[in-house]
Amino acid sequence: MSELEQLRQEAEQLRNQIRDARKACNDSSLSQITAGLDSVGRIQMRTRRTLRGHLAKIYAMQWATDSRLLVSASQDGKLIIWDSYSTNKIHAIPLRSSWVMTCAYAPSGSYAACGGLDNICSIYSLKTREGNVRVTRELSGHTGYLSCCRFLDDSQIVTSSGDTTCALWDIETGQQTTTFTGHTGDVMSLSLSPDSRTFVSGACDASSKLWDIRDGMCRQSFTGHVSDINAVIFFPNGNAFTTGSDDATCRLFDLRADQELMMYSHDNINCGITSVAFSKSGRLLLAGYDDFNCNVWDTLKGERAGVLAGHDNRVSCLGISSDGMALATGSWDSFLRIWN
Amino acid sequence: MSGSSNIVAMKKIVQQLRFEANINRVKVSQAAAELQQFCIQNALQDPLLTGVSSSTNPFRTQKVCSFL
Repeated sequence: MSELEQLRQEAEQLRNQIRDARKACNDSSLSQITAGLDSVGRIQMRTRRTLRGHLAKIYAMQWATDSRLLVSASQDGKLIIWDSYSTNKIHAIPLRSSWVMTCAYAPSGSYAACGGLDNICSIYSLKTREGNVRVTRELSGHTGYLSCCRFLDDSQIVTSSGDTTCALWDIETGQQTTTFTGHTGDVMSLSLSPDSRTFVSGACDASSKLWDIRDGMCRQSFTGHVSDINAVIFFPNGNAFTTGSDDATCRLFDLRADQELMMYSHDNINCGITSVAFSKSGRLLLAGYDDFNCNVWDTLKGERAGVLAGHDNRVSCLGISSDGMALATGSWDSFLRIWN
Repeated sequence: MSGSSNIVAMKKIVQQLRFEANINRVKVSQAAAELQQFCIQNALQDPLLTGVSSSTNPFRTQKVCSFL
């Protein structure tokens, strides 16, 4: 037997070992455990604010940690910082490349970042001495589009790319500190763990992976989806995460059990999920869909608890503020809505 | 040569699988119970779950101020 053939066999054996180990832990299900729990009932939310100003499809948004400001990115070539309470625009930042696919707000509130088909993650200083907003770094190195970026702090940012890798960058030097390789398809989304030690990525290879930020290792890999994963988000306690996919399902994966615990789907739902978020307790899972709606799911019981209709085009992004007070949705209809 | 690079790539895949195979796993019953517990413990601090009263809602309908 050739060495290559031996290695292939060993890989097959290891995959079977993982499958068997997961099965051995599969002594129950989340549905069974929560069978006696009261359902959340009907969850209804109203649009409280409509943020108008973008002139083209909105592709991404993120709340600032103050739960009041938020940043959105549109292919009209602008990054807008909004005051969601008043709907005022704090900054309207013209981008060097209008093909933006992601944006992020630094936890300190001092920086924003964005990137897209230019393959670059651009860092913007929002609090310059002169009072204007300017690019302070252009992080280049990815050989594919920038699909997602998230600040660890003012000096470090994690990115995911169509080149199948993720990277941790030192913003000061502009260099990649760590490269995370392993996915075999475009990486579409990432989510930082609450303790910032790990992150989860979702890719077009239909798998999601847990990465150790410090040593660059992939700790766990999860399969189950049958099409591209477009969105990932950590459960608030850091022990689980949910993914949203083109296969019209969201799935909850538990890190400690190393397997899928729940699938959120319905026969009437046949379109892809673009974005996912958890409410503050994790009990509600919010998901944005290609059919212009946002569905509210009971995370523990797997039932749909509500539908948020209002956008006139695909919901491309959404996020819940850190105080848990509001959901923001962004759409291809060029508007953002704030709901609660 | 593509032959040896295939072997190098496969060795990496095998090494990664070995690593992932060796992690400690917890029973689903325990993991699920802990997720449920977290949700229950934090339910009252979850405004979208409990509903937001208009007095505490920073996004309540903007009213026009009037001088009394």
